[in-house]
Amino acid sequence: MHVPDGFFDVAVSVSTGAVAAAGVAVCLRGAKRELDDRTAPMAGLVAAFIFAVQMLNFPVTGGTSGHLLGGALAAILVGPYTAVLCMATVLLVQGFFFADGGLTALGVNITLMGIVTVLVGWGVFRLIAARSRRSIVIAAFLGALVSVPVSALSFTLLFWIGGTAPIEIGTVAMAMGGVHVLIGLGEGLITAVTVSTVLATRPDLVYGARGLTRRLVLRDADGVAIEVAPEESAPVRSSRPFLVGGVGVTLILAGIVSFFASSSPDGLESVGAEKGFLDQATAHPLGSWALSDYGAVGGIPVGIAGVIGVGITLLVAGSIGYAARRSAAVKTEVGA
Amino acid sequence: MGAGHHQLYRPGDSAVHLLPPQCKLLAVLTFAIVVVATPKEAFWAFGLYALLLAAVAGAAAIKPAFVLRRMVIEVPFVLFAVAIPIIGMGERTEVLGLSLSVAGLWAAWNILAKATLGVIASILLAATTEPRLILLGAERLRLPSTLVQIAMFMLRYLDVIVEEMRRMRVARESRGFVARDIRQVPVIARSAGALFIRSYERGERVHLAMLSRGYTGSMPVTRDLRASGAQWALALSLPVLALTVLGASW
Repeated sequence: MHVPDGFFDVAVSVSTGAVAAAGVAVCLRGAKRELDDRTAPMAGLVAAFIFAVQMLNFPVTGGTSGHLLGGALAAILVGPYTAVLCMATVLLVQGFFFADGGLTALGVNITLMGIVTVLVGWGVFRLIAARSRRSIVIAAFLGALVSVPVSALSFTLLFWIGGTAPIEIGTVAMAMGGVHVLIGLGEGLITAVTVSTVLATRPDLVYGARGLTRRLVLRDADGVAIEVAPEESAPVRSSRPFLVGGVGVTLILAGIVSFFASSSPDGLESVGAEKGFLDQATAHPLGSWALSDYGAVGGIPVGIAGVIGVGITLLVAGSIGYAARRSAAVKTEVGA
Repeated sequence: MGAGHHQLYRPGDSAVHLLPPQCKLLAVLTFAIVVVATPKEAFWAFGLYALLLAAVAGAAAIKPAFVLRRMVIEVPFVLFAVAIPIIGMGERTEVLGLSLSVAGLWAAWNILAKATLGVIASILLAATTEPRLILLGAERLRLPSTLVQIAMFMLRYLDVIVEEMRRMRVARESRGFVARDIRQVPVIARSAGALFIRSYERGERVHLAMLSRGYTGSMPVTRDLRASGAQWALALSLPVLALTVLGASW
């Protein structure tokens, strides 16, 4: 899944880089709330865990095998902010030390495999999870299952906007989506069983199951039970699930809407190809090469591609900015 | 990916090895951007880029065989690039009896050339710079220090965690386990769960050990990493030369 250099044009590389940087900046603040001063060592070890787990191959069907992305798993185990940081670190280390994934594609990789999988996985998980072990395991399965095809469809969408190859977005989306639903099933299964294993031994380590921990009950000599109030204050987590869930749903919608929106340019494209669209494009007064390099891949007008790109960037950037404002309001002393 | 990071680093004392890490990082990043911005029709420009990288490898005494072995990482995307001309659209042409898309062939060439140059540049960076120094260099380039520390912990404990997973795999396989189909997934997932608990608990122990040694939230940097103007000029000569090539190709 690691995208190398040369897959996306400079415009997409730079704008996804900006999205990734903003997302990581927000998560650096958020992770301090999830892990307080333990951020560096804990997130470092969890990142090493994700790196190791990504090497676990599991059989899908008919001889093919997939490997875990780990975004949803990390979000459920350590919380969404720390999860994004861990995924980003894993991708940075893979890019710089293992030449796995291009340096100019780091923005794309972090956005797709770090931010999208974590947001979607965690959003779906929050929507479904209730206060029982079974529901948490089911929610983990569905969260991970949905996160993989959504990430693959986001890749297709980005490739349609600023990819360097002429592809028919409909067929590629079908192929990518189909394969990744299968891989998502494997990812969901592994995530669910992993979460339930950790729940069985150390339920306190599962961030997504904080609601499950039973309150400490003290009994005095007369047999009177006193419930000890939990250490964490409840209101802190009131707005975050809603926000993260909302962004997750938005991304799912974006994936589905783009899928449906693809049908008309497809028709246009096939007609254009039949009628020698390429020759016409070369005669375009605005200069065809700049056009073909900056978004008009496969005969899609630059305007539409641009509007979609800007819309997505604004959506993501807007929600990130909103999250930043919220966390700044909650904790004003965080400066670094 | 299974190799430890120390296997990527080739110790040496060449001019490339001795450059401060932040110079090399910036040079490789801008070089990659220049390569990606190059129009795909400029064959000769890509040839010159490859020559530039060869010159760097020569100066650093990195053997071509080492670079080639590390390039295995690129294989999945080579396969993808091969598929593009077949599924691509538009005008088609006959090559060896196969009907291929012309635009798809261009795209495949574009991806292969740029990805290969990018991978070689990254391999050269990792081969001539200690992993710890790459991260310190990134911190000097204003990457948030928390992120740098996370990456340092990750690198430091990566081998430990990967080794732990390898021992679990040996234990599974010595008991006759083979992952044949989806029914074997629960076994693998339980290993992942156990690995998470071990990693997390190790993290907690590491944190307590750090606290007992006076950790206050940032790591001390004991090495002087300042770069002189000459070192910056030497490092940035790679992207500047590449930029000249790019300028000539437009």
